[in-house]
Amino acid sequence: MELELRGITKRFPGVLANDNVNLTARSGMVLALIGENGAGKSTLMNVLSGLYQPDEGEILIDGVVQKFPGPGAAIAAGIGMVHQHFMLIPVFSVFENVVLGVEPTRTGGLLDRKKARIEVKEISEKYGLAVDPDALVESLPVGIQQRVEIIKVLLRGAQILVFDEPTAVLTPQEVEEFFGIVAELKARGATIIFITHKLKEALAIADDITVLRDGKVVGNADPKTATPEALAEMMVGRPIDLVVDKTEAVLGAPVLELKGVTVTDDFGRPYLHEVSFQVSAGEIVGIAGIQGNGQTELVEVITGMMSLAEGTISFEGADISHLSPRKRHAAGMAHVPEDRNESGMVGSFTVAENLILDSYYTEPFSKGGRLQRADIAASAIGLVEAYDVRPPHIENTGSALSGGNAQKMIVAREFSRDVPLLVCSQPTRGIDVGSIEYIHEQIMRKRQEGKAILIVSTELDEIFALSDRILVLFDGKVVAERKPAETTPAEIGLFMAGKTT
Amino acid sequence: MSTPPIDRQPIESYEVTGKRTKELTRRQIKKARITGIVMFALAAIVMFLLAPAAAGTSTFGLSFADETIQLPPLSVPSQGSLWVLAMVLGFLGATQFFRGFQSRTTVILGIAFAVFVFSIMVWATAGQEFSLISMLVSTIARATPIALGALSGILCERSGVVNIGIEGMLLGGAFTGVVMGSLLGGWVGLLAATLTGGVLALLLAVLAVNFRVDQIIIGVVINILVLGLTSFLTAQLLVKNPDLNNAPIFQALKIPVLGDIPIIGPMFFDQTIIVYGMFILIASVTFMLFRTRWGLRTRSVGENPKAADSLGIKVAKVRYLAVVYGGMVGGFAGAWFTLGTVGRFDEGMTGGRGFIGLAAMIVGGWNPIGAFFAALIFGFSDSMQQKFAVIETPIPGEFLAMAPYLVTIIIVAGLVGRARPPAADGQPYEKE
Repeated sequence: MELELRGITKRFPGVLANDNVNLTARSGMVLALIGENGAGKSTLMNVLSGLYQPDEGEILIDGVVQKFPGPGAAIAAGIGMVHQHFMLIPVFSVFENVVLGVEPTRTGGLLDRKKARIEVKEISEKYGLAVDPDALVESLPVGIQQRVEIIKVLLRGAQILVFDEPTAVLTPQEVEEFFGIVAELKARGATIIFITHKLKEALAIADDITVLRDGKVVGNADPKTATPEALAEMMVGRPIDLVVDKTEAVLGAPVLELKGVTVTDDFGRPYLHEVSFQVSAGEIVGIAGIQGNGQTELVEVITGMMSLAEGTISFEGADISHLSPRKRHAAGMAHVPEDRNESGMVGSFTVAENLILDSYYTEPFSKGGRLQRADIAASAIGLVEAYDVRPPHIENTGSALSGGNAQKMIVAREFSRDVPLLVCSQPTRGIDVGSIEYIHEQIMRKRQEGKAILIVSTELDEIFALSDRILVLFDGKVVAERKPAETTPAEIGLFMAGKTT
Repeated sequence: MSTPPIDRQPIESYEVTGKRTKELTRRQIKKARITGIVMFALAAIVMFLLAPAAAGTSTFGLSFADETIQLPPLSVPSQGSLWVLAMVLGFLGATQFFRGFQSRTTVILGIAFAVFVFSIMVWATAGQEFSLISMLVSTIARATPIALGALSGILCERSGVVNIGIEGMLLGGAFTGVVMGSLLGGWVGLLAATLTGGVLALLLAVLAVNFRVDQIIIGVVINILVLGLTSFLTAQLLVKNPDLNNAPIFQALKIPVLGDIPIIGPMFFDQTIIVYGMFILIASVTFMLFRTRWGLRTRSVGENPKAADSLGIKVAKVRYLAVVYGGMVGGFAGAWFTLGTVGRFDEGMTGGRGFIGLAAMIVGGWNPIGAFFAALIFGFSDSMQQKFAVIETPIPGEFLAMAPYLVTIIIVAGLVGRARPPAADGQPYEKE
């Protein structure tokens, strides 16, 4: 089926999310839609899937104008969305997830489980999407969960498949498999729209690329001739340096040292099992791994938010295994948490207040238990300028900032203290290319100053760009240690998937 | 997430019996030791507090006088039995302390508590006769409003709406049940009680689903509203018109043949229509939740409303249905207090059973059958305190009356962290 969007405009109060967007996707081809966060990709897809109504413009399928009052209508017209955050119910089985909403039933609304299983099997065999219909979704690896999502849309007769950031949660091997699935769907005549911010992937898989910026289509590119640099410039609107400049590391004394650190849940099952490593001054250690393999726990146990079951953590030679988070912070540890909205800032506080969240109780911000507004504001104005937080209004609330600027605010707070250790978890998750470039520069600057830095990231590119040493965390254990120059993303990807040395 | 089965390596740290125990972290060992000490303490109480004070024999009646098949009463020497029971507890405690039952710890702990409760019964009835069967029968009866209350909560929460207004629904059902029952007979009363619960639930649904008011607050408001309203109406209406507070009581309905089986018969097959209703509702709601399209959709909305919405399921409609159905079950449960027992209404007569039902729901893991078994534990402690108040025990009556609530605290504190509620429980759903 051929899909055409003509002059789609969608306004929200104060924002023009989509501005006269035109695009066309044909049967048997992959259209990549690229753009930064906030460029209007998601809004456009929500319009397409019937969640939003466009203010202007029309959607045409095979030349016929469509009206989608709700998701049901879009599904009926043959549009299937595979969302970035899977729309799956973890405690349901695969077939329950797949048939939800179109359940085969016997008399009296009784679920026909047999028929449901057969329906799932048929699709999975037809498209080579192997999956056990009775498996619980939460027990499946992310790559398989994605297959369940694909089967779900195929079962509903989708001919136009929209993938929203499909590779964000996959290992390099799973990405390869996913590309195989896309090729198969394409060969069977499906129309595929692939939303991404990963330029390499768009270039690898797409037949045509449309670039979105500030809600407008700023151009099309032919993947055969386009370069990542050119695409990045189209996305951001200015030249972007995708390569982080890195000099040889000058190692100092060990700053952070973990010995046999084991962390367990309430039932004694290990989150982390005998993890040992050290981070020296002037060094960046990158922790690679698929989300959910103990990274969160590792960062929390180092920063004191979680208690350890076994082992010791020492900081500049002193045992800090059982110190409170504040004492560790005061001892000289900065922490950029993995989820900025959950633990990095208070959304309803102002930028100025967020900038003193860690030091509000110390002078000059607080004297005799009273906050010193003038000093807080003066410091905040300086930081907002130094760390390029936009807009630079310190009285804005934290939640009013875009993801990238909120992250820069947190980095400003954490990096502005002159401390020997920086723990950065997912420092650039979900933020725009410009902010990523900026934060990476700041991290490299800290390395130059001789700080010890621990980076935890699920983005392999980021790990390779920044690290002096890469550790791979799998199932709570460190399964490999490599220097970036002596390994490849493919090898690290295998370790991430559980291969042992 | 995507972690394959964890390959647990033994952590070498623990050596007491000479054999190295595997798969234990320090934390687990600490936990095992604490539970072991608790069992030891129970053994010590039985041995040194209960046994010396128990003389003669304890006799437990197992049949009512009017049953066709009569079982002889069970007589045991009080002191000797207590020694044996104390030894069992001591053995369990020692095993737990030194070796640990590991994955079976919870079950063993349950058994230990059961042994301890039985010890108390032996001690309390030393030198007396105690009708065990009448306690078991009243266990089922007293578990009924709790199980139904839990079911009411399950229906609401499986769809993602927290209902802590169960207590109010019980009380409202009890009140309208007795008034309509007095006027137009028990069946009309039962219907009125059910509808009252449904109307209160409709209030919950409107505020929670449409207006996205905090669901805890709505629940509290419902509880206070009904308590105030029924107290006011009792004073203004029922006191002046005693005829309105005198409903016929549903009598026990004996099922032929099955009702004649010793012990089982009187417990399960010689009860009132409300108790049978509870069994039918537990079974049918279990079936509906886990085997029908309605159930799949309801659970999906309680787990991930956004996903359900993206598949064209109408979240609001599903929640309305489940909440109103849950409220009707709560109102039906309320009828038990008046039409099922005494036939008259007293202010605040539900006495927190709705909240205990909420606890049963959690302990039962949001599963009707699990909740029923949890309700049995609460019903048992409720019934035990009643019976003990009759026979003469040295335990003060006020202390006995605490039993059901005490049991609630212990069990919920022990289990609540492990139960997993529906993922979207209590979260209003708002389309973007």
